[in-house]
Amino acid sequence: MIRLRLPAHLRTLAQVDGEVRLHVEGPATQRSVLDALEARYPVLRGTIRDRVTLQRRAFVRFFACEQDLSHESPDVPLPHEVATGVEPFLVVGAMAGG
Amino acid sequence: MSGVRVLVGTRKGAFVLTSDAKRQRWDVSGPHFAGWEIYHVAGSPADSDRLYASQSSGWFGQLIQRSDDGGATWQPMGNQFSYDGVPGTHQWYDGTPHPWEFARVWHLEPSLTDPDTVYAGVEDAALFRSVDGGQTWQELPGLRDHDSGSSWQPGAGGMCLHTIVQHPSDPGRMFVAISAAGVFRTDDAGKTWRPTNRGLRSEGIPDPTAEVGHCVHRLTMHPSRPDVLFMQKHWDVMRSDDAGESWQEISGDLPTDFGFPIAVHANEPDTIYVVPIKSDSEHYVPEGKLRVYRSRTGGHEWEALTKGLPQSDCYVNVLRDAMAVDSLDSCGIYFGTTGGQVYASADGGDSWAPIVRDLPSVLSVEVQTLP
Repeated sequence: MIRLRLPAHLRTLAQVDGEVRLHVEGPATQRSVLDALEARYPVLRGTIRDRVTLQRRAFVRFFACEQDLSHESPDVPLPHEVATGVEPFLVVGAMAGG
Repeated sequence: MSGVRVLVGTRKGAFVLTSDAKRQRWDVSGPHFAGWEIYHVAGSPADSDRLYASQSSGWFGQLIQRSDDGGATWQPMGNQFSYDGVPGTHQWYDGTPHPWEFARVWHLEPSLTDPDTVYAGVEDAALFRSVDGGQTWQELPGLRDHDSGSSWQPGAGGMCLHTIVQHPSDPGRMFVAISAAGVFRTDDAGKTWRPTNRGLRSEGIPDPTAEVGHCVHRLTMHPSRPDVLFMQKHWDVMRSDDAGESWQEISGDLPTDFGFPIAVHANEPDTIYVVPIKSDSEHYVPEGKLRVYRSRTGGHEWEALTKGLPQSDCYVNVLRDAMAVDSLDSCGIYFGTTGGQVYASADGGDSWAPIVRDLPSVLSVEVQTLP
């Protein structure tokens, strides 16, 4: 079971509270986790990844286990702690302010 | 009892303002989609309960929301805006070819007759249509396929299709305006388009009278005279009496003819409104005074409308989609400012009062006249 944490705007959009728990077939990768997320919450299609290219949107970051995984290949297996549900996979809106 | 519903898009959410026909007491609902940029909210002329909203964010992209109960509840619709075929290129700021890239929906224009049909003007400039209530979107590619398409260039605000004007009785005819390409007209329901910019003069482009390249800010039409169009261009207020075949300047005695919105009175087709802005490098009203200018003669002669509007230390802008009218017997005029005020006049502009003073920066204002 994968634990996934969404930023506030996307929790509102998907109408979820707290973390999302996802069952992923096969290896847990960014791609398989996000595929499972979008299958359950179609409203999130296009908000994290481009709808057509499936590339991460520029101002969305992926963190886990205190690491920035944003620039990893989407097909690289996620850390064991994420794959086993010990640590959440974090979808984060990039910091902006001023 | 009749009333009005004012649909306000802001930098941080949408607001719905409602009143009875007296337009003195207002109910304020919102923010809807809090924290998101709402470029436009529009109601269907065929079903006043059907609303569409363009919701976007630099982080999470574009969403389209739909309400079937006048804005009380909303449902996300389709957000796939894919250019038809191989998109090709337009000119970038530096003159190099740049691939067409979808950025956001600037403007939604529901069909005059079918609540499920709605047009979307987008950045990079293109026209999309949905015929299933916003669930799916298809480009009308004939516009970008025009011979001039590869030469279109963005203005400072991006290359956006921001205005869509439907002919009231001929479903084949429609006008769109693009910054900075100009006005285009179709007579075959969007299959083919041609530029209709003759008479425009823009000093900011190499050939001031070029067929394409003008930074048109807004078009409007009175439904009783569909061949008469009014335009606020980057600089210049313009008028066409032949459905865009030719344009004449009607800036007349305005203090400045730069601005963004233009609106026409619901019951007087020759009464028009603009909000002059100091200049293209100082996007605020001149002299610290917020003044709507009204012409009762279809242009040339203008009067300042100031009663109830701040006349000192005011430095707001009014954006292109942020002024609208109702169609009650005593026509109401509404506009929103970048300072977050929404002003209303229930007497054709003679006097004004704020409905709200402290919203986020206002991007758009639309008005529905309710039965």
